[in-house]
Amino acid sequence: MSETLQVKSICMDASEIERTLTRIAHQILEANSGAENIALVGIVTRGDVLAKELVGKIAEIEGVDVPFGHLDISFYRDDFATRLAPAVHETRISFDIDGKDIVLVDDVLYTGRTIRAALDALMDMGRPKTVQLAVLVDRGHRELPIRADFVGKNVPSSSDENVRLFLEEVDGVSEVAILQLPQETGAGSALNEGE
Amino acid sequence: MALLLKNVHAIDPQVSINEVCDIVVRDGKIVEVGQGLSIPKGETRDMDGKICIPGLVDIHVHLREPGQEHKEDIASGTRAAAKGGVVAVCCMPNTSPTIDNADVVEYVRKRADEVGKCRVLVAGACTQGLRGEVLSEMGDMVAHGAVAFTDDGRGVQDSGMMRRVMDYAAQFGCVVMSHCQDEGLVGKGQVNEGAVSTRLGMAGWPAEGEELQIQRDIALCRLTGTPLHLQHVSSRRGIDMVRRAKAEGLPVTCEVTPHHLFLTEEAIGADYNTNLKVNPPLRTADDNDALVEGILDGTVDCIVTDHAPHAAWEKDVEFEEAPFGMTGIEASLGLVITQLVAPGVITFERMVELMAINPRRILCQEKVALMQGCTADLTIIDPSCSWTVGEDGYESKSTNCGFEGAELVGRATDTYVGGYATMQDGAIVE
Amino acid sequence: MGFSHKHLIDITEYSAEDIMTILETAKTLSEVNERRIKKVPTLQGFTVVNMFNEPSTRTRSSFELAEKRMSCDTINFGGSSTSSVKGESLVDTMETLNSYKIDLAVIRDKHAGAPQLVAKHTSAGVVDAGDGKHQHPTQALLDLYSIWQEKGTLEGLHVAIVGDIAHSRVCGSLVPALKIMGSTVTLVAPQTLLPPRPDVLGADNVSSYFDEVLPEVDVVYMLRVQRERLEGAPFPSEREYHMLFGLTQARDALMRPDAIVCHPGPINRGVELDSFMADHPTRSVILDQVYAGICTRMSVLYWLLGGSDNGSAS
Repeated sequence: MSETLQVKSICMDASEIERTLTRIAHQILEANSGAENIALVGIVTRGDVLAKELVGKIAEIEGVDVPFGHLDISFYRDDFATRLAPAVHETRISFDIDGKDIVLVDDVLYTGRTIRAALDALMDMGRPKTVQLAVLVDRGHRELPIRADFVGKNVPSSSDENVRLFLEEVDGVSEVAILQLPQETGAGSALNEGE
Repeated sequence: MALLLKNVHAIDPQVSINEVCDIVVRDGKIVEVGQGLSIPKGETRDMDGKICIPGLVDIHVHLREPGQEHKEDIASGTRAAAKGGVVAVCCMPNTSPTIDNADVVEYVRKRADEVGKCRVLVAGACTQGLRGEVLSEMGDMVAHGAVAFTDDGRGVQDSGMMRRVMDYAAQFGCVVMSHCQDEGLVGKGQVNEGAVSTRLGMAGWPAEGEELQIQRDIALCRLTGTPLHLQHVSSRRGIDMVRRAKAEGLPVTCEVTPHHLFLTEEAIGADYNTNLKVNPPLRTADDNDALVEGILDGTVDCIVTDHAPHAAWEKDVEFEEAPFGMTGIEASLGLVITQLVAPGVITFERMVELMAINPRRILCQEKVALMQGCTADLTIIDPSCSWTVGEDGYESKSTNCGFEGAELVGRATDTYVGGYATMQDGAIVE
Repeated sequence: MGFSHKHLIDITEYSAEDIMTILETAKTLSEVNERRIKKVPTLQGFTVVNMFNEPSTRTRSSFELAEKRMSCDTINFGGSSTSSVKGESLVDTMETLNSYKIDLAVIRDKHAGAPQLVAKHTSAGVVDAGDGKHQHPTQALLDLYSIWQEKGTLEGLHVAIVGDIAHSRVCGSLVPALKIMGSTVTLVAPQTLLPPRPDVLGADNVSSYFDEVLPEVDVVYMLRVQRERLEGAPFPSEREYHMLFGLTQARDALMRPDAIVCHPGPINRGVELDSFMADHPTRSVILDQVYAGICTRMSVLYWLLGGSDNGSAS
């Protein structure tokens, strides 16, 4: 569906994404005084790719491979009853999250509902010491009291737009694009968040 | 009381008539058939475009009274018959109590006289309670008007018992009508054994369960000499057996139903439509073809409906819990015209033989022909009337018609029983 | 195309893609069953009725667990069928349940076609949990899941199904399901236990000679001898049945080294299986099948209840 959307503008190109991730890696390490107790959990299907890149950056900076997992929030969505069952992806978290400082990674922070679902999913799996949130783009329009600890870029947007991350390994090109939504689905919905 | 049917297309192979003419009826009898007739007083009806034939007779009908009036009663069942263009039915004895003694025969005939919209010929049971164990009082029943014997609904399981039935019936000159079903082989069979029983996961009712008893009863006919009428033959091999018995010269006749002619087991799909649960079950397209072949070569003597009403709540259950049977007497004529006569498979004359002439002959009833002196039991048909089964409801109390929704051409508009109209212009005469 | 079924009644209405969707989601959901808190909130607020009109402990508890782990509200409504002592018809029972505003009815009934009948009288989705000797689609799905997990694929596998095919609702769904997924199916049974037309189910071969079939197959699926469903004694004794059609230690040597053994449970030890084969450490996946039942049913619930504008393709 999103393939047919009109691209209005490109707000981050590949090199900007790269530089931003390097900065976020540094910020995570600074805030947690090193890599010792942290673990990265990326929300599928874009956040986990970013998380993996961050793991690489942290390894470059600190020489430590931090634990890293994929989190699928399909079973925790709050809009299940009002839409077709979403495609399900695998959750793979092969380490014990108890007592860890978990950094949740997602691409675009919008209404906050995805993060709410991710927090619930995480809590069902164990008891982390802290949970922090890293996002590449914050486009505003929050519907829940959620804020990111690490933000790549603030992109003011309107609710009839979609802000979407394309990644080289998935889409063939890395960029963050602002897309025009068709008129009828424009109203403050979380449907396109993170997808 | 005189009646003149003006400009009606009379068809009756018994008197080799197939032309537009006028028919005069007086005091229940046909008094004249000819051109340009008139009557000094009485009713004249213009029948332009309509066909008049000797009235239809359906010799396999369940009127359900006494005992199961929630399914049908003599009033509603005979109304349904009239609606279907039928002037006489033979009702089956599997009522409650069973029609296995003179009292019940008497009751049914009395009720039919009071409320019937067609003649009701009563078939008595061969054995008491249809249990296949003890002969019923056939002589007393004949004395009170029974015209045939059958344990319809069940086959007589014991061959020795069936022989006794036929030997004993011989003295009354009545035909023994046989429902053929070997209960050991059929067991709890629900649908024809084969592809559909496998697909639907239900016990099969193999054609052999019917054919074994057809073969046996033909052998007993040979042994006893008593006329045998095989009811609702449904399979190719069954028809073959009858064909050979007739070639041998045995007094064997048989009937087929519209549902065994025109429906197959494949009609029973994943909706488990219980209106298609009949006994014997719907079989294959090849069996359909064999029944039609039997009609063409004279092996099949008549078309009957096995009209078997059941209340909606009795049918709206799991398939395996539903009773066997479908209604059909209101659709039978239209089905035969649409499926056999219109496409040219059989002539109108052959249809008259199958549905009017032969049924009377099998039950040894007075001949009705379109000629002077015959009883005016007549069916008037509008051959161009297009209609849909069930769209205007049914006269029957029950709606379990397996042909619901079928689009037909040809329908009875008027029926006369002994010169009196029981249906006029499509409406039952009250 | 996406998943567009409202009911799971007849497995033949499902495509290979639909079935794979269910199996893949089942695999994802299996992770939930490994957690300390074995529950996800996905189906909060959905009401599921388990309507078991004939005795069943295993299937009912499997459904119930699956429903609870998906956070459905569940009620059990048992013992009512047309022939029940209460005398209420299945249709009336369903109309009553429908008035409770339920979202899904899971039905087990001794009559073939009961789920189809129920579906006509409710706006809820319907899952067939076994109808007479007709079908048992969730059993087929969990069997496919177990075989898929063990073999990595379903396409090109040769599966022998052995035993009471004629009275087996498991077979009624499993044979077509295996065919949809591209497996080859051989049925092994005496003719007294075969349906009239095994080809209609989709079976490729039929044999009464177990020892000839065993070396050819990747999966040996042993059916339970359902003593309660046997009419007219289709074989002379359990001893002879075991001799001819039992999977025994002696037959182990005839099997391919990587062949596996499935059984829908509960096992009649010493009849269709001996203990050596039932408990075989590498071949037997019987307990995996039980586990697969939970995951697969969770997945079925997820997809059937997935969204209000769900189509009703079945």
